[in-house]
Amino acid sequence: MAATPAPLSLSASALSARLRLAAPASRAASARRRGPMVVRAKIREIFMPALSSTMTEGKIVSWSAAEGDRVTKGDAVVVVESDKADMDVETFYDGIVAAVLVPAGESAPVGAPIALLAESEEDVALAVAQAQALSSGQAQQAPPPSDADAPPPPSPPPAAAAPAPVAAGTKGVATPQAKKLAKQHRVDLAKVTGTGQFGRITPADVEAAAGIQPKPKVAPPTAAAPVAAPSVRAVPQASVLPPVPGATVVPFTAMQAAVSKNMVESLSVPAFRVGYPILTDKLDELYEKVKPKGVTMTVLLAKAAAMALAQYPVVNASCRDGASFTYNSSINIAVAVAIDGGLITPVLEQADKLDIYLLSQKWKELVKKARAKQLQPNEYNSGTFTLSNLGMFGVDRFDAILPPGQGAIMAVGASKPTVTADKDGFFSVKNKMLVNVTADHRIVYGADLAAFLQTFAKIIEDPESLTL
Amino acid sequence: MHSGVAVSAPASASAIAGGGARSEAAAASRRPGGIRLCGLRGEALARGSLRISHAPAAARRVAAPRAAAAAPQNGAVAGGGFDYDLVIIGAGVGGHGAALHAVEEGLKTAIIEGDVVGGTCVNRGCVPSKALLAVSGRMRELHDEHHLKSMGLQVSSPGYDRQAVADHANNLASKIRSNLTNSMKAIGVDILTGFGTIVGKQKVRYGKVGFPDKEITAKNIIIATGSVPFVPKGIEIDGKTVFTSDHALKLESVPDWIAIVGSGYIGLEFSDVYTALGSEVTFVEALDQLMPGFDPEIAKLAQRVLINTRKIDYHTGVFASKITPAKDGKPVLIELIDAKTKEHRETLEVDAALIATGRAPFTNGLGLENINVVTQRGFIPVDERMQVTDADGNVVPNLFCIGDANGKLMLAHAASAQGISVIEQISGRDHILNHLSIPAACFTHPEISMVGLTEPQAREKADKEGFEVSVVKTSFKANTKALAENEGDGIAKLIYRPDTGEILGVHILGLHAADLIHEASNAMALGTRLQDIKLAVHAHPTLSEVLDELFKAAKVNSGVSHSVNEPVAA
Repeated sequence: MAATPAPLSLSASALSARLRLAAPASRAASARRRGPMVVRAKIREIFMPALSSTMTEGKIVSWSAAEGDRVTKGDAVVVVESDKADMDVETFYDGIVAAVLVPAGESAPVGAPIALLAESEEDVALAVAQAQALSSGQAQQAPPPSDADAPPPPSPPPAAAAPAPVAAGTKGVATPQAKKLAKQHRVDLAKVTGTGQFGRITPADVEAAAGIQPKPKVAPPTAAAPVAAPSVRAVPQASVLPPVPGATVVPFTAMQAAVSKNMVESLSVPAFRVGYPILTDKLDELYEKVKPKGVTMTVLLAKAAAMALAQYPVVNASCRDGASFTYNSSINIAVAVAIDGGLITPVLEQADKLDIYLLSQKWKELVKKARAKQLQPNEYNSGTFTLSNLGMFGVDRFDAILPPGQGAIMAVGASKPTVTADKDGFFSVKNKMLVNVTADHRIVYGADLAAFLQTFAKIIEDPESLTL
Repeated sequence: MHSGVAVSAPASASAIAGGGARSEAAAASRRPGGIRLCGLRGEALARGSLRISHAPAAARRVAAPRAAAAAPQNGAVAGGGFDYDLVIIGAGVGGHGAALHAVEEGLKTAIIEGDVVGGTCVNRGCVPSKALLAVSGRMRELHDEHHLKSMGLQVSSPGYDRQAVADHANNLASKIRSNLTNSMKAIGVDILTGFGTIVGKQKVRYGKVGFPDKEITAKNIIIATGSVPFVPKGIEIDGKTVFTSDHALKLESVPDWIAIVGSGYIGLEFSDVYTALGSEVTFVEALDQLMPGFDPEIAKLAQRVLINTRKIDYHTGVFASKITPAKDGKPVLIELIDAKTKEHRETLEVDAALIATGRAPFTNGLGLENINVVTQRGFIPVDERMQVTDADGNVVPNLFCIGDANGKLMLAHAASAQGISVIEQISGRDHILNHLSIPAACFTHPEISMVGLTEPQAREKADKEGFEVSVVKTSFKANTKALAENEGDGIAKLIYRPDTGEILGVHILGLHAADLIHEASNAMALGTRLQDIKLAVHAHPTLSEVLDELFKAAKVNSGVSHSVNEPVAA
């Protein structure tokens, strides 16, 4: 359509025809091509076109092609706004957009170079150098075409940081807007951890990765993104009390701020608690047996919880929007670990599927990383159920606060010798521990939790299945 | 919807002759009725293109006089021993338009409806979707801070109540439905409830599906059964997470991320609604280009304005070979295969999928086998006069099919126009509808509208027939009213013959494009040439000057005004 430059003159106000650049910038080209047609590097300039007879300068509305994009003849590379209309400008040559000289939103006089097109990958670096020269001083020549061959896939320096977001892999599903933002801000989606539903990369995740402050404005009612939600509602401490004279104020570290935020968020969840006594003699026996193989009590408890969760998926679910159940596809047990100056919850992923030896191995690594503060986000925020154990301090029972995005958390107390009476009235001394689970009553009801705890207790009291 | 009292022009011209036997040809009989009370003239769309001259009609009227009632009512007695002069199967917009015109022509008319009056358009199509799009347009304006600020307005965090939005759409549908029903009742059209089946020549049975217990005879029968959403195989519809426009219009949820399979006008309109309400959208299109069927230049600009700037991405050249609804805590899974090689490309995981892959005719159970008619991919074959043709290619007398069921042009107003055309023929005035003058619109923000040929179609035709084609374009940025509204995005494009000044096609993308197109479609229907219409005056400043600009920019070599107007491109 409108292949020749002629339609441009149709009508001063009747625009939006497409025109091919490079070639028709006749005025500019003749001014520029002074010398003989020397075959130098295969780099061409893209000029600001004259879109109407009255146009003296044009504003770049947007670049349809980004630096590093390979374009073919006829592709629209840039949208230019003149005094009357927006127009797509096509490239007349194949090549790689090596350097954008006039970014979107800025203007340039008619005939001025607005981008450099390199014929092949090798020319990109040269083009970039040329771009710098151009921006600093005199324009250089745009030599005519020469033989073009061997165009390998583009990996020019400026583009290296922005591989096409298409190849994000199957795991890192990104939403359409997240992909757009990633391209815009040159964020490598492969390196972004998704916090959205089903582990999706959300626009907020990309913005966070690009270091963009979330807008203070209330977004349209998209689903409340969990955990790393952009709306950091300045924790409602409306009236900050003045400190007692002489007190030291130590601001929260990032981790402490995160804990604080999560704890405050939990106040909006209607939580309830159910406790259960469990005899642990057999578990203790098993523990003694597997301890030499590196298995810790934490892992045994996590495994037992995961096995029980497999039977009660609702306890492994979460309520994200106050209107639905979000059933998680895997059972990931987060275990609270106190570390220097904070608290973190490394996650044992797929705890129901892996055996206790593998889990122990993983756990060891996670703890090591946690202590070194090297945990990756997906290693501490992918939990679907949390386990907190204060038994080693002799605590006999406690009550945990539900972390956001999860349906339940289990608090485990110490196992202590206790006098118990069996159904025949015989007294004996058995090791007993108290387990207390806090859950979100919007999705987990009393009976669910009771049944879950009963199953959990059965597994602990007859722990052979843990080793299977 | 305006309730209006229209004095029918032909009536005033007709002589009122008392008595007289009814002519054997019911077709020729007309009521010399006076005042036409019709609550719904607006629903009988596209009437403008039909009546070219009243003179012959008036002559016939005098020749076949009959006793007059004060107001037009459904014909009291059908001619030729039939129960009715006309039975219409299907009370959608097409059937409604035909019924109104039939009564006006003095035909005793019945309409059979097995579901709800109004059909797809009123209940599950154009009407409720307009309500949702009205909301989406407002939401867009309120959310476009930059835009508002440039006009000096400040608005803080607008939000919406999903149920209230859904109710608005539902209320609009029921209101239009009752208007439509009342407009037929008011003039005495018999509305018969049940599914109609043709049992033989000029014979219809109707009743519950499978039990058509009542039989009526009619001199003429119009099939106007419409269409249903087409769902390709491999796609499992659950109505909650995988659904068609039928469900989507109820707006039972606003998913975070929805895939829309098909980027035609249905898909495009829904993408406008969903993105305005906060969803992200992924288009799945089988062809290599988004918005196939639109003029390529319009499609390209539409992509820039309606897709690229929004939270939308797309996959083209792929089929959705399998879609599984969300269940057991898993998202909706969409398997994409290459449209050509059929190789698996990738699997999308989204929260919902809207299937907008077009519509399939609803012609099952019509009893077509009783009259030796074989459907083609479900469509009922018709000739240019909407007369049904049988398996041997012969016209089935007294049987017509209009609207989506014949597949000629699947638009509500096209169905209505076809219905009116059929009534004209039944009434003894030969009439062939010029489909190229029927406009179409897509109610996105901004809107898209078109009439006639696209540029490639026009060039192909020009090559074949050996004439020249010219194109002029104008931008909404050059229109004062559009700039006042701060809505400069958009173009209008005119495709014409420079030798004759004939308009071949007009395509508009921009503010109120759907309303603007009619100046062009009327010109095409009436055969107005550019050299004439360019002299017509448009109020300033209005959006209509966008078209004025086009007409004036066109260079026509023939300066002679045509004294006889003929419909163009017929």
